Amino acid sequence: MSENIGRIVGVNGNLLTVEFDSPVTQNEVGFATLGDLKLKSEVIRIRGQRAELQVFEDTTGLKVGDQVEFTGNLLAVELGPGLLTQIYDGLQNPLPALAEKCGFFLQRGTYLDSLDRQRKWAFTPSAKKGDTVQAGDKLGNVPEGIFEHRIMVPFSLHGKHTVEEVAAKGEYTLEDVVARLKGEHGEAVEVRMLQRWPVKFPIKAYAERLRPVEPLITKVRIVDTFFPVARGGTYCIPGPFGAGKTVLQQITSRYAEVDIVIIAACGERAGEVVETLREFPELTDPRTGKSLMERTLIICNTSSMPVAAREASVYTAVTIAEYYRQMGLNVLLLADSTSRWAQALREVSGRLEEIPGEEAFPAYLESVIAAFYERGGLVKLRDGSTGSVTIGGTVSPAGGNFEEPVTQSTLKVVGAFHGLSRERSDARRYPAIHPLESWSKYPSVVDDEDVRFARQGLRHGNEVGQMMKVVGEEGTSLDDFIVYLKAEYLDAVYLQQDAFNAVDAATPAARQQYVFGRLVKILRTKMSFDDKDAARKFFQALTQVTKDWNRAPMPGDGKTADAEGEKQFKDLEARIEKMVEEVTDYA
Amino acid sequence: MHKIYRRIEQIAGNVITVEASGVAYRELAQVTSHRGTSLAQVIRLDGERVSLQVFAGSRGIATDAQVRFLGHPMQTSFSEALLGRVFTGSGTPRDKGPPIAENMINIGGPSVNPAKRIIPRHMVRTGIPMIDVFNTLVESQKLPVFSVAGEPYNPLLARIALQAEVDIIILGGMGLKHDDYLFFRDYLEEHGALARAVLFVHTAADPTVECLMVPDISLAVAEQFALQNKRVLVLLTDMTNFADALKEIAITMEQIPSNRGYPGDLYSQLAARYEKAVDFDTAGSITILAVTTMPGDDVTHPVPDNTGYITEGQFYLRNGRIEPFGSLSRLKQLVNNRTREDHRTIMNTMIQLYAGYKETLEKQAMGFRMSAWDRKLLKYGERFEKELMDLSVNIPLEEALDLGWRILADCFEPAETGVPTALVKKFWPKAAAEAEEPVAVAK
Repeated sequence: MSENIGRIVGVNGNLLTVEFDSPVTQNEVGFATLGDLKLKSEVIRIRGQRAELQVFEDTTGLKVGDQVEFTGNLLAVELGPGLLTQIYDGLQNPLPALAEKCGFFLQRGTYLDSLDRQRKWAFTPSAKKGDTVQAGDKLGNVPEGIFEHRIMVPFSLHGKHTVEEVAAKGEYTLEDVVARLKGEHGEAVEVRMLQRWPVKFPIKAYAERLRPVEPLITKVRIVDTFFPVARGGTYCIPGPFGAGKTVLQQITSRYAEVDIVIIAACGERAGEVVETLREFPELTDPRTGKSLMERTLIICNTSSMPVAAREASVYTAVTIAEYYRQMGLNVLLLADSTSRWAQALREVSGRLEEIPGEEAFPAYLESVIAAFYERGGLVKLRDGSTGSVTIGGTVSPAGGNFEEPVTQSTLKVVGAFHGLSRERSDARRYPAIHPLESWSKYPSVVDDEDVRFARQGLRHGNEVGQMMKVVGEEGTSLDDFIVYLKAEYLDAVYLQQDAFNAVDAATPAARQQYVFGRLVKILRTKMSFDDKDAARKFFQALTQVTKDWNRAPMPGDGKTADAEGEKQFKDLEARIEKMVEEVTDYA
Repeated sequence: MHKIYRRIEQIAGNVITVEASGVAYRELAQVTSHRGTSLAQVIRLDGERVSLQVFAGSRGIATDAQVRFLGHPMQTSFSEALLGRVFTGSGTPRDKGPPIAENMINIGGPSVNPAKRIIPRHMVRTGIPMIDVFNTLVESQKLPVFSVAGEPYNPLLARIALQAEVDIIILGGMGLKHDDYLFFRDYLEEHGALARAVLFVHTAADPTVECLMVPDISLAVAEQFALQNKRVLVLLTDMTNFADALKEIAITMEQIPSNRGYPGDLYSQLAARYEKAVDFDTAGSITILAVTTMPGDDVTHPVPDNTGYITEGQFYLRNGRIEPFGSLSRLKQLVNNRTREDHRTIMNTMIQLYAGYKETLEKQAMGFRMSAWDRKLLKYGERFEKELMDLSVNIPLEEALDLGWRILADCFEPAETGVPTALVKKFWPKAAAEAEEPVAVAK
């Protein structure tokens, strides 16, 4: 590679203006030289002989006249076995290895290999000499934790290739050649387990994109039943601060029924990442019996880490998600928070002195957000198997006002909207997803007719509640009052979930179907009471028993077979039925 | 030796521009004019044009003032000698003690590697039930106190500082009234805590740019103490003044404002400071309590809004009380499962019922008839406010929990509270239930 050196002529925050002589590429990576340090940066605008670069590090100490080395490569991630269980920063630096090298603090200008070059992987070939392959086709596999990690034809290859040679079964490092291919024009290609892919381009080595229809079980009742997410779908969680966005994401990352979870902590608190990375290795994944960490990968660019790398981090995460999707796996990408990423765009845009759009966000905000969510999806691979990337992003709207540009741009492109409400979180109703304002375009795990009935009941109950604020309880008829109590009951025992109770925190689909069926039956039951106080008393007692029921393990739940607990489940169910029977109006 | 420049091209706001070469971004310089010497920091390089923010402000600076670049970024001294001392935002002594210039450290250093952090595990006991029971403060937490201008936030901070079990207290005052500064100093001194405290104080009368340095300098010192295995509590008051100082400089530098004139990077700027709160793997910790006054009691104002997204919860101070709604300690669940088994239940139940009380109050205000349930809620709400919410209440957590059970038992039947049956059996005060029986008989 030819040496292409530029010279700094201006520094403004993390933005450098650099004069260059040889050609440079938009979005290519450059390194600003500061003594012995080289600071990674990316070209984001070119005007005449001057390029503007955003630096992924603190720029303190850079001087006019300092050198910038252009690399000619776009910002890319390393893909290969060993990604899972890792904790990377936004530029795919492994943080634990960095801690070993630099101690407590993140020293700028230190870049380590994302994947271990020494480690050997047990390769089993599957392609044969003479096979015709193209980008993304499987050549063999290596075991990575609980998964069969496919070694694929590099995504960057164009056209058909013929397999010349595949390595025999055995142990290889990432950089050993495991296959040799020949292109249509005779060009020879060496395939290693390690490949690089520029983060801002989607990987498209699949046969076709399919419509996401199969539900992704998160075990959060209000989500799965009322506002479901589909495998390969997209959803967003906007909410004011303190409404529980991150807790909801953490719960989802724990219990969601997917193969791989990628957590992109983007511009949020470090403490939350720490909770995940310290706790996950201790938790077992009920599906595999292995540590939850084995299916998890964390990309973390917390709020105090450099802003430009924050922008890169969501792309790093989605690229890795696409890579695992290519192996026929279902991947869930949780981005927390996409607003911080949008703010990173705004900061850079401001320094570039671009003409600002609404709230000073750049005019291209909407298309950038749309392009990101469009990288989610369900695809059919060329070998007939399917893989998916589901993207769930939190949004942190300024002032909790959903009218702001980031929320609005996101709502246009996602398939489900879980709007968190301040009222509900203040009243300690968790998860604070608003049952009337949220929506989803995906199919639910329970009967559609029941859901419609329950939503109708919630809406009706809410109307009565609103009316009661004006006309008071005495101005409300007993029938309306019962409607209101039923809605409150459903809210308390089904929409709300106790995240700290082992059983109640995660409700599998089967239990949701069973319990929701029972509850809808109760809601449909015509009841008679002497007066409002009697009705209220009844529902208070019913709520308490039903909550106890929620905490009892259900037979065949997959949880530890606790005969005592299961008996409790049956007993409580019988009690609820008896209670309801006593007030049923058979007239 | 460092070159001296004598030709200032531009003076606007507190920012001066000189033509100079070989200057590093964020380097420090000394600006000497006939009004005295001030430090200044490079905030933009554009070819040979170097923009600096002048700590003492640009008033009285002549175009031929001397600018001498020092070849290093902003630094502060760190040693045990800092304890018991008071400094300004640029690190010069505000008390009558000697300047300290040994062991200089850079301020605003890099952020901590998340892999070297640990999950906070220690509750900070304050003796205030609204904090201990409902929004437990946790070591290494960053928590703002959202408040309207007239509320007693500084006395609250001072009280927490004294009662919390920490090794070092660092106070960063920004735009502090001189009276408030004296209050902190005297309060800490009277209670014998000044010897383990360091004060960095920028008063409202001091130049704006110095205000910008206060959080960085306080936190840089805190970080060094924490690395020496100390538990450090940093009090910052008031962060809204800090944000306003940021705004002032940003506007002077002709940056495009994003929201009510604040710069687009307000979130990142605040986060860079708050994220210094840390529990180090194998070393000490930094806990940050910061006051954010809300202009016009508006929590959607950019400063409290951005702060709320960064911090791990918030205390709302309103009418001299910590409001239970809106106040939140996001880390409380890390510790309140190991205090007492009824802690979480009491916390949730009491708040849910208090929410019910608030609704009833609204109904009452509109003149509706009170049902039996409403009357119970009214009785409960009044006792809750008087016996637990009042800031003057000073009791340990366990006593506060017992008191919570007593209030519940005096006002409700167990089933009305939604408390899990197992806990009712164990904790529901029996005496209260028995005491009620004779009354029933008398009827």
